[in-house]
Amino acid sequence: MALRNSPIAALRLLEGPQTLGKGPGFWGGFTTIVALACLYPLFADGYDVGNNVYFFNWTFMALGLSLIWGYGGALSFGQTAFFGVAGYAYGVLTINLGDAYGLTFVSLIAAVGLSALFAGVLGYFLFFGRISGVFLGIVTLSVTLVLERFMSQTAGPEWAIGSARLNGFNGMGGMPSLTIPWPGGDIVLFPDVALYYLTLAMLVVVYLALRILVNSRFGNVLVAIRENPQRAEMLGYDIRRYQLGAFVIGSGLAGLSGVLYTAWGNYITPSSMGMSAAALPVVWVAVGGRSDLTTTLFGTLLVLAGFQYLTIYGSQYALVVMGVLLVVTILAAPSGIFITVGSLFSKGLRRRLKRESV
Amino acid sequence: MDVLSGLFSFLYQTGDAFAFLVLSACGLAVIFGMMGIINLAHGEFILCGAYVTTSAVQMGLPLPIAILAGALVAGLVGMLLERTIIRHLYSRPLDSIVVTWGISMIATQGTLILLGSTMPGTGTPFGSFTVGDYGYSVYRLVLMLAAVATLAVLWLIFTRTRFGILARATIQVPHIAEALGVNTSLIYSLTFGLGAALAGLCGGLYAPTMTLVPTMGAAFVVEAFVTVVVGGADIFLGTAPAAAILAVVKAGLTSWQGQLAGQIGLLVAVIVVIRILPRGLTGFILRERA
Repeated sequence: MALRNSPIAALRLLEGPQTLGKGPGFWGGFTTIVALACLYPLFADGYDVGNNVYFFNWTFMALGLSLIWGYGGALSFGQTAFFGVAGYAYGVLTINLGDAYGLTFVSLIAAVGLSALFAGVLGYFLFFGRISGVFLGIVTLSVTLVLERFMSQTAGPEWAIGSARLNGFNGMGGMPSLTIPWPGGDIVLFPDVALYYLTLAMLVVVYLALRILVNSRFGNVLVAIRENPQRAEMLGYDIRRYQLGAFVIGSGLAGLSGVLYTAWGNYITPSSMGMSAAALPVVWVAVGGRSDLTTTLFGTLLVLAGFQYLTIYGSQYALVVMGVLLVVTILAAPSGIFITVGSLFSKGLRRRLKRESV
Repeated sequence: MDVLSGLFSFLYQTGDAFAFLVLSACGLAVIFGMMGIINLAHGEFILCGAYVTTSAVQMGLPLPIAILAGALVAGLVGMLLERTIIRHLYSRPLDSIVVTWGISMIATQGTLILLGSTMPGTGTPFGSFTVGDYGYSVYRLVLMLAAVATLAVLWLIFTRTRFGILARATIQVPHIAEALGVNTSLIYSLTFGLGAALAGLCGGLYAPTMTLVPTMGAAFVVEAFVTVVVGGADIFLGTAPAAAILAVVKAGLTSWQGQLAGQIGLLVAVIVVIRILPRGLTGFILRERA
C-alpha cells in the first residue's frame, strides 16, 4: 500500500483491463515499433521525414477522441473546435511574442491550456446540464461550425490581435515554427528530422500516459459510466465530473494536435474546423476501433495514409471513400477493423467483441 | 411613421428568422421525435430538394410544382436510405447518427463530383415592396406563410390521419403497436421519408434565394440543430415555440450586430438553455424537468 502513489505503481497500470496488449510479447512489439520509428529517418530523406510528421500531428486528436467517445461514451463531434482554437492561439501568441527564449513552447502550453479551458467551460454546460449522447454530438458540432464561420469573416484589417492578422477565409500564416533555445544559435524545428523525433517522443509519452490513465481508477469509472450511467451514479460516482474530466483531457489533446499542425505548416485556416474536417477524426477513430487506444492509434495512421494516397491519386474521391469507409465500418465492424479481424484469431477478442455488441 | 416602419422591419426579420428555423428544423425534429436519431445528413436532404427544384424550374415546371417535386425526391431518397442502411442500426442509436454523417460526406462530395462546384440559380420571384425607407422581398413573406402552413399540415397529419395515429402509437410503445398489428417497420420507413421530404421542402423553398453549392446544407444545419436541441422531442410543443423564441433572439442580434452575431448569439443561448432545461421546451411544457 505504501507504493500506491509512487511512480512504480503507476507503471504497473500500463497494462490492465481497459487496454489491449500485455506481457512480454506486446511490449516487445511496442519496443520494436518505436525502435523502427526511431531508425526510419536514417534511411529516408529529411524532407519526407518532415512530411510524415504530419501523420503524427493528428494522432493526438484521435487519442483524445478515443478517450472521450470510446472510453467515456460521450459523442463529441466538435473536436476540431479545440484543434482550431489552439492552432489560432498558437499563431496569435507566437506572432506577438516571437520565437526567442523558448517562447514558442510557452505559447504551445498556453494554447493547449486555452483549448482545455474552452472545453472546460463548454463541457460544464453540457455535462452538468446532463445532455444526452445525441445532443452532445450536435451541440459540439454546431460549436465547431459556428467557429469556422466566425473565423471565415475575419478578413478585414480590423480583425487583428496585436500584430497578428486573422485573415479570414484564407487563413493565418507566418507564425514561427517551434524553436528550442540553444547556446550558440536556436534550433528551429522545421519539418525535418529533429521535429520528427520531438513529435514521436510526445506521441509515445502521451500514448503511455493515456494507458496509465484509462487503467487507473479514473479510467475504470469512465468505462463504468459508458456501460451504464445510472448504475455508475447509483454506486456513488459523480458521473458529470468524470465525463467533464475526460472531455477536457481529450480536448486538450485535440488542442495539442492543432498547435503541432500550425507550427508544422506555419499555417491554419478556418476550414480546419469545418464540416468535413470535423468528420475525419470520427472516421479515423471509428475505423480503428474507438474503445482501445492502440487500435485507435493504428487505425488513425492507416486511414490517414490511405487518405493521403487517395488525395494524391484521385483527390476528389478521397472524401467519398472516407464516407463509405465510415458507413461500412459502422455496419459491418462496429468495434473497428482491428478487433473484428483479430477476433477471427483470438478467443479473448471474440469474447470482447461479443461483450461490445450487446 | 419612423417607429412604425422600424417595428415592421423588426417583425419582418423575426418572421423571416422564424420561417427559416421552422422550415430547416422540422424535418430533423420529425425524425428525432419519432426515432431518437439525429440525422446528420439533414443538410444533404436540403441540398437534394434545392437541386431538384432548380433543375425542375429550368426544365420549365412552375415553381410550386418544382418545390413539391424536390420534397418528393428527397423523401424517396430518405426512404431508400432507411430501408438499406439505417434500418440495421435501430438497436444502436448512437451508431446510426455516425452512419448518417458518413452518408452526408458521400452526398456532399458526390454532388461536387457529379454536378460541379455550383449550379446556376433561378432568381427570387415576386419582386419586392417598400415600407418606410427599406425594400422587402415578397417571396420572404411567402416563406413565412409556408412555414406556418407546414406546421399546420404536420399537425393534421399527426392528429387526423391513420398514419399519424399509428406513428404516435409506434413512438409510445413500439412492441404493443406491433402486437396490435401495426407494421412498425413501414411506419419507421415512412417517418424517415417524411422527415427527409420536409428537409427537401425546405431546400426547395429556399433554392430561389440562395447560391446553389454542394455545401449549402451546412448553412441550414446549425440553425436546425439548435432549434431541435432547444425544442426537445415534440415538434408542436417543442420545435415551434423554440423557433419562435430563437427567432426573436436571432432577429434582435442580427439587426443590432449583423448576421454572424445572430448565429453566435443563438448558439450561446442554446448552450445556456440546455443547462437550465435539459429536455428542452418539450420537457418544460410537459413538466418533466429532471
